[in-house]
Amino acid sequence: MRGRRSPARVFAALGDATRLALVRRLSQGRPRSIAQLTEGSRLTRQAITKHLHILKGVGIVRSVRKGRESRFEFDPEPIVSLREYLEHVSEQWDQALSRLKAFVER
Amino acid sequence: MKTDRIEKRIELDAPVSRVWRALTDHREFGEWFRVKLDGPFVPGQVSRGYITYPGYEHVQWYAVVQKMELERLFSFTWPHPKSLEKTDLPQDYSKEPMTLVEFRLEKTANGTLLVVTESGFDKLPENRRLEAFRSNESGWTEQMKNIDAYLSQKATTA
Repeated sequence: MRGRRSPARVFAALGDATRLALVRRLSQGRPRSIAQLTEGSRLTRQAITKHLHILKGVGIVRSVRKGRESRFEFDPEPIVSLREYLEHVSEQWDQALSRLKAFVER
Repeated sequence: MKTDRIEKRIELDAPVSRVWRALTDHREFGEWFRVKLDGPFVPGQVSRGYITYPGYEHVQWYAVVQKMELERLFSFTWPHPKSLEKTDLPQDYSKEPMTLVEFRLEKTANGTLLVVTESGFDKLPENRRLEAFRSNESGWTEQMKNIDAYLSQKATTA
């Protein structure tokens, strides 16, 4: 998962004016459908779809299904594997237990 | 690291009775754990409250107290929602997969050995969405401003 979101891949995906504009639009508001994103653009639906999938591939855009339609939204938070999550929980325990130590020893 | 459990051991320079109180008195627990609890811990009962840890204040505390064996063992189960993002939080925590947290206390020459285990992670779904850390979030906001400035500059020159 880390590889998927590696900075080099994210920046490569953003190194395109169309995709940058899509990310900019999605980062400003609610999830949008492909039809909404195509509106007012000179690009075809297929082209927009292709660009969205590239952004999705590097993990900065995700799609959510709403009825029969997919909506795309900006997704800056990391999705992590269970193993990474466990490391995160483990760190939180370390912090909590050091607060406990300070609390009972004061 | 094993993927189904976490174990922590910590030596505390305080008597077992003191540590026991810090763990099982809900106000004391709340102080170091950073949670505001509605009421005392009672075995077999649900404990509710709100996290007071900065950045997680929108997250509810929910646990089911399991065992309270005086000055020996305190345990509870608690949920691990797939996401802690404000918009994705579960309506009903009791339906989430839970892990078991156990605090075991042992008297030592200098005080107390506390062993904390959390187990049952193998029951959780494989991928997790972590709470967006503030720094990360503001980093992105900043980046988006830069991109925005860049694009509008480009639009004027084009």
